[in-house]
Amino acid sequence: MSDTIKTDVLIIGAGPVGLFAVFELGLLDIKAHLVDILDKVGGQCAELYPEKPIYDIPGIPYITGHELTEALMTQIKPFGATFHLGEMVTTLEKIGEPAFRVRTDAGKTFEAKCVVIAAGGGSFQPKRPPINGIEPYEEKSVFYAVRKMENFRGKKLLIVGGGDSALDWTLSLQPIAKRLTLVHRRDEFRGAPDSVNKMRELVAAGGMDLKIGQVTELEGGGGKLSAVSIKDKAGALSRVEVDAMLPFFGLTMKLGPVADWGIELKDNLIPVDTGKFESNIPGLFAIGDINTYPGKLKLILSGFHEAALMSQQAYHYVYPDKKLVFQYTTSSTSLQKKLGVA
Amino acid sequence: MPKITFIEHDGSVHTVEAEIGSTVMETALKNDISGIVAECGGSCTCATCLVHVDEKWFPVVGPPSPEEEDMIDTAFEITPTSRLSCQIKVTEKLDGLIVRTPAYQGR
Repeated sequence: MSDTIKTDVLIIGAGPVGLFAVFELGLLDIKAHLVDILDKVGGQCAELYPEKPIYDIPGIPYITGHELTEALMTQIKPFGATFHLGEMVTTLEKIGEPAFRVRTDAGKTFEAKCVVIAAGGGSFQPKRPPINGIEPYEEKSVFYAVRKMENFRGKKLLIVGGGDSALDWTLSLQPIAKRLTLVHRRDEFRGAPDSVNKMRELVAAGGMDLKIGQVTELEGGGGKLSAVSIKDKAGALSRVEVDAMLPFFGLTMKLGPVADWGIELKDNLIPVDTGKFESNIPGLFAIGDINTYPGKLKLILSGFHEAALMSQQAYHYVYPDKKLVFQYTTSSTSLQKKLGVA
Repeated sequence: MPKITFIEHDGSVHTVEAEIGSTVMETALKNDISGIVAECGGSCTCATCLVHVDEKWFPVVGPPSPEEEDMIDTAFEITPTSRLSCQIKVTEKLDGLIVRTPAYQGR
């Protein structure tokens, strides 16, 4: 295929460990592409604790998740990695010794000599509400993301949640929906105040409905939703007719498609050796929180170490005929040239 | 040391000792309470350590902060006494606390 992206190494996951892998690979002249399901780099540091301090990065007494991400992006800048954000890797197949073909849900295909899984706790995916019998409706009339707004034109929509996703989609879909109802558990919203005001104006003008409560029951058949029951704080039930429901309850980490790639797993983690951090498939590495080995600690600093050792082995696959000479950034002119400081 | 009782969704009851200054979430993890996930490790950013505080104990524990209330929005089957256990600090006053874990923490 002509649009296949060829690269030395494909890194799955752009959290701190995936980002630092770009640095360690870059020092060895290995180019990398990164794919991450989030629409931003930083992984858990960006999604779960951007403003929370981290105290155990060696040499840095105090840094927030956001600051660490920014610092790593500065550090890896010389190596010109390419980022593919907001995409999930769906399939991985072995096509050589080693070589891999990897596809994403955005339709991209990569061919890489090595693949590095730095996926942390897995991929961030939407939380699914625990409503009885919701599964048959999913992707038919219950959607956790809006891929095409047009699909919702002329429909009776129910949006659930109180954050920016719920409010933004309420405002975007209200003009094209037949009727839109927003459901939230309380009459306070954590989304942007401007969006909250706009939503309240629409409710006041009769352009949409706002219900305070929790969705407890679904009605319909064959994947087609017809109505939902909403329980208010006092426990009273009300029924709303709907064609589609869009729940926005934030994200949670799931292992996701990694489980389907034929890699040996142990308790949803990838067992690796502690010299090369390679899985049972040569050329397929796992670093950071997603791997396991005797004594493993899920620390960012451990992931950094793992990235460095992984890179040494990846070098042998990418440059099988070259000898690797170990060098220090402090004293090596050649490394300093790569860093753009010599 | 104060004692905390966790009543899990399946009805199992665990009464455990809690260190003053730690959190109810940390106490749960130390004692393998399966209904507490704590994905974010106590940063108040994931709502997977939700507990329902026993009604008699709720006035002692107190209501969530606005920041915590925002996170509770992303949890399920919320009751008027729902709290994130990572935001409840263990004190002498909480000796005897009873909390219930939900069936589902979102994962």
